[in-house]
Amino acid sequence: MADPEGKTISAALARLGFDTVEKVRTGKVFTVDFSSEDESAARELIERVSGDILSNPIIEIFDFEIEEI
Amino acid sequence: MVVGVVVFPGSNCDRDSLWAVESALGERARFIWHRDTDLVGIDMVILPGGFSYGDYLRTGAFARFSPIMKSVREFAEGGGLVIGICNGFQVLLESGMLPGAMIANKGLRFICKDVYIRVERGGTAFSAGMSNGDVLRMPVAHFEGNYFADEETLEEIESNGRVLFRYCDESGVVSKDINPNGSSHNIAGLVNERGNVLGMMPHPERCSESILGSTDGLGIFASIRDRINMMERIGV
Repeated sequence: MADPEGKTISAALARLGFDTVEKVRTGKVFTVDFSSEDESAARELIERVSGDILSNPIIEIFDFEIEEI
Repeated sequence: MVVGVVVFPGSNCDRDSLWAVESALGERARFIWHRDTDLVGIDMVILPGGFSYGDYLRTGAFARFSPIMKSVREFAEGGGLVIGICNGFQVLLESGMLPGAMIANKGLRFICKDVYIRVERGGTAFSAGMSNGDVLRMPVAHFEGNYFADEETLEEIESNGRVLFRYCDESGVVSKDINPNGSSHNIAGLVNERGNVLGMMPHPERCSESILGSTDGLGIFASIRDRINMMERIGV
């Protein structure tokens, strides 16, 4: 699907001499701090938050990493 | 007819919508705060333009969780007429009440200008006084107006005649060159399967009086009024 911002960045990089850059896709990164009983509960929560609110499945895909702090 | 204009934090075409209904059309309208849930006595709902929740995350992403949206969904499921204009259209998309999504305009610029749109289907609840091929001039003002849906969805929308308005030139010719924002199939407005929910990026409320330079938008509100009056007459 179209990513006008990625396309613009890609064209700019080419103009700046980064001629090996073939494609740029833009996205968003969220850092979410929360408390959780265990890792599976944490995965479940973050999957719901990512899938239901932070991303729109029509135009976006999501992935996540969990880190204990 | 009583029109309910939903006010989200960040709506900014709510007063224009109310004005268009009351002053230009001569019907009654009232604001409905997004935390309210009561649509009793409302004949039609407008989700106005603006920047609900500051457009944070994605346009319309948080407005869809406002309490009023559950009522708006039920209202639509009961056959009530709903029109989402600009940010209202984006809210309808995020709510899943219309298919597809909005992404940034192809030129990555906020577009604020008059455009021409072609009526693809006259005679609907929203286009009663219009004929197929009529050309309307209306303002647009958006950054995320680039309508996207996958091929399968587009095919379904097209084959069921759900595209109501398409970006075109002054004489009604639809082409890629005239497409202001990159929308799939030049789609400027579409309806749900049942035909009672319309989402459109152009602003009919901003062109409903001659003093504003055009009255092309008034036809949409007049169409809705006529449909509601007819339904009342036949006791629906």
